[in-house]
Amino acid sequence: MAFQRNMDPKKCPMPVQDPEVRRSNFNEVALGYTYEMAVNEARRCLNCKNKPCTTACPVSIDIPAFIERVANEDMEGAFEIISRSSSLPAVCGRVCPQENQCEGKCVRGIKGESVGIGRLERFVADYHREHCTEKPSVPEPNGHKVAIIGAGPSGLTAAGDLAKLGYKVTVYEALHLAGGVLVYGIPEFRLPKIIVQKEIDNLKAIGVDIETNMVIGKVLTVDELFEMGNEAVYIGSGAGLPRFMNIPGESLKGVYSANEYLTRINLMKAYKKDSKTPIKHSKKVAVVGGGNVAMDAARSAKRMGAEEVYIVYRRSMEELPARKEEVEHAVEEGIIFKTLTNPVEVLGDENGEVCGMKCVEMELGEPDASGRRRPVVKEGSEFVLEADTMIMSIGTSPNPLIRSTTPGLETNKHGCIVTDGENGLTSREGVYAGGDAVTGAATVILAMGAGKAAAKAIDEYIKSKG
Amino acid sequence: MYKIVRKKSLNPTVSLMEIEAPLIAKKAEPGQFIIFRAKEDSERVPLTIADFDREKGTVTIIYQIVGGSTMELDTLEEGECLHDFVGPLGRPSETDGLKKVAVIGGGVGCAIAYPIAKKLSALGCEVHSVVGFRNKDLVILEDEFRAASSELRIMTDDGSYGTKGLVTNALEELIKEGNQYDEVIAIGPLIMMKFVCLLTKKYNIKTVVSMNPIMIDGTGMCGGCRLTVGGETKFACVDGPDFDGHLVDFDEAMHRGTMYRDFEKHARDEACNLLKQED
Ligand SMILES: Cc1cc2nc3c(=O)[nH]c(=O)nc-3n(C[C@H](O)[C@H](O)[C@H](O)COP(=O)(O)OP(=O)(O)OC[C@H]3O[C@@H](n4cnc5c(N)ncnc54)[C@H](O)[C@@H]3O)c2cc1C
Ligand SMILES: Cc1cc2nc3c(=O)[nH]c(=O)nc-3n(C[C@H](O)[C@H](O)[C@H](O)COP(=O)(O)OP(=O)(O)OC[C@H]3O[C@@H](n4cnc5c(N)ncnc54)[C@H](O)[C@@H]3O)c2cc1C
Ligand code: SF4
Ligand code: SF4
Ligand code: FES
Repeated sequence: MAFQRNMDPKKCPMPVQDPEVRRSNFNEVALGYTYEMAVNEARRCLNCKNKPCTTACPVSIDIPAFIERVANEDMEGAFEIISRSSSLPAVCGRVCPQENQCEGKCVRGIKGESVGIGRLERFVADYHREHCTEKPSVPEPNGHKVAIIGAGPSGLTAAGDLAKLGYKVTVYEALHLAGGVLVYGIPEFRLPKIIVQKEIDNLKAIGVDIETNMVIGKVLTVDELFEMGNEAVYIGSGAGLPRFMNIPGESLKGVYSANEYLTRINLMKAYKKDSKTPIKHSKKVAVVGGGNVAMDAARSAKRMGAEEVYIVYRRSMEELPARKEEVEHAVEEGIIFKTLTNPVEVLGDENGEVCGMKCVEMELGEPDASGRRRPVVKEGSEFVLEADTMIMSIGTSPNPLIRSTTPGLETNKHGCIVTDGENGLTSREGVYAGGDAVTGAATVILAMGAGKAAAKAIDEYIKSKG
Repeated sequence: MYKIVRKKSLNPTVSLMEIEAPLIAKKAEPGQFIIFRAKEDSERVPLTIADFDREKGTVTIIYQIVGGSTMELDTLEEGECLHDFVGPLGRPSETDGLKKVAVIGGGVGCAIAYPIAKKLSALGCEVHSVVGFRNKDLVILEDEFRAASSELRIMTDDGSYGTKGLVTNALEELIKEGNQYDEVIAIGPLIMMKFVCLLTKKYNIKTVVSMNPIMIDGTGMCGGCRLTVGGETKFACVDGPDFDGHLVDFDEAMHRGTMYRDFEKHARDEACNLLKQED
């Protein structure tokens, strides 16, 4: 150790765009550490022998080892360590719910603030992207073919790992652009699309074919992918089917699913002035839900020019499932939180446009099966929240297209593909699955981890066939 | 990229394009649709598969120029390429067990109705077709419908061709003449489908309609295409586009269809100006 440990109890704060400025632009909110900040923050790490942080990272990044390299100003060395476990560090460093994962277990967090592991991971990945001039080398082909369904984080990770082992990999993506939720859901101000594009370019550079406009189950079936000479198929088709509340008025003009609202803005670029994509220019927006998706929809609505934006959530602030940082940013940007509130009806005017939402107040009762206190309706608490737009962000489930066209593929009652534990093997030989398609809506890092595990299992399976 | 191998004007606002898309041609069935983007950054727009040639590997689309995206599509010529072309989406129309059917097409809806009439007739079903247009200049696919139907009635709003009147007049006549249909298939403007359904309900004839709500992805991801059918929320892109017409909430669908009217009018004016500059 050639440096002095930094005993500051506080994390080095993340430089951010001023809330007053950023609430009307789509540029990235968190600007990233400078070189000096990164090195100083890395020097807060105690290099704990038992690595509690690593045990809480879903892909077990050797956190103290990479941070040690940063502290010693060896950024490429740090990148190399992270790359052994993660294929998308620039993405995960930005969007992981760190407070529940790595940082949640950090020893420095006991008396002060945890080490900024996610921020350091992001710094290392960004530094590498900006400074590395080496072209990725194309691996020696091993003569075997594998097909991947879905170009989200899960499919892309599986594709990258298999390509590095010499497999000829083709990724089939339903939309016109690869990236999954990273391009159609998570907004530019949280995850610039150029970063996702760079990852995809790297995959192409090592020989991965990405075929867009390919809805598997429609244009080709899983069985046909085998007939085409693929020896295994990985399904990473996500959980994109939006749920609605089934309350009266949900078909009024001005009611969106978060997916539709965000897709119009991100994938179809409605946030750009010259975009051809129509989107409602709302004044008062009510977003129903409390997860990351709800935060993204609310903050996007604000940036699209809405004067008042509400998050309507049936439990309290403590139970919000969104990342802490996103909630804080939303509050700073002036999003109004109506917690312990649940909509019961959407109200429309004579033109069929949304004009408000009938809501009830809730209170927290006994804990339910998930251990969270169950919200119950307060008697006689009905009131009307004025709004011209309502965005439903109450969850999604896996799309039925693949399960309905793949005989013998077992799914559970929620439509999630059933797999055999860690390696992602489904009820069909040679067919593996992972990410949101298996777990239901979860996180980028879990989807990526599942892609990694399945790539390993697919390699073993194909090799075992000889 | 998807190459345009043939382009033909059918009437002043409706054109046909045959597109090279071998994988889609292999799987396509009547009732299904594609989504195209004319250029990078264009909108995603759904169009029905009007015909397909499995051997040549081509898919035919017939489109009416109504706004910015269809205008932009129409600027592309034979030999040029569409940026994106994805399909076949949606469920194929059901044709099992049908012996005698009335196919009703309204305006550009005829392009959607024709492939079904053709398939039914190829399957040995007796097809009576009623097609309606505003006037003589707008008539499309007449020969094609004639070849696929044992009875064809052409209606125009102003009587400039065929018989003056609405498609519902002709359908009611056919029914009154004693024709017993297993099913009526009605495809056209929402208001036309609504009135066909009101009529067939009276005569208790099962009626299938093809719904064309606003779509984005076409894979069940956005929910923008949702409709209420029999009190339940359905996604037209994956559950349809065909539905039991007697269960569809047409009034709601008509409301939802006007969601972006102002924006579209603006886009249309913009596109017009652009086109003018290019000529
Ligand atoms: C708005 C939003 C914000 C989020 N914020 C966060 C966050 O801050 N942190 C975090 O960790 N997670 C976040 N998530 C969740 C995270 O994005 C997902 O868990 C993750 O993307 C799942 O990855 P995946 O690869 O399994 O699926 P997806 O990313 O959904 O990708 C699946 C891909 O498969 C394609 N596909 C689907 N069906 C077919 C088919 N039949 N044929 C071909 N292709 C098909 C889809 O078009 C899509 O591109 C967020 C999600 C959303 C929607
Ligand atoms: C399943 C399906 C099949 C279709 N088949 C055909 C066809 O074979 N031939 C044909 O001419 N048209 C067809 N349409 C309608 C066609 O998609 C619209 O006319 C087209 O989107 C108009 O785009 P625009 O930008 O040129 O016009 P705009 O100015 O955007 O809109 C004009 C009209 O089209 C409607 N519209 C706009 N965007 C969409 C959209 N994304 N999806 C549906 N309707 C929209 C609007 O409500 C409006 O009434 C079909 C639509 C669907 C959903
Ligand atoms: S991948 Fe996520 S959980 Fe793992 S170290 Fe990085 S930020 Fe933490
Ligand atoms: S727990 Fe915290 S201090 Fe300890 S090694 Fe991990 S990051 Fe460093
Ligand atoms: S078009 Fe998006 S769900 Fe149907």
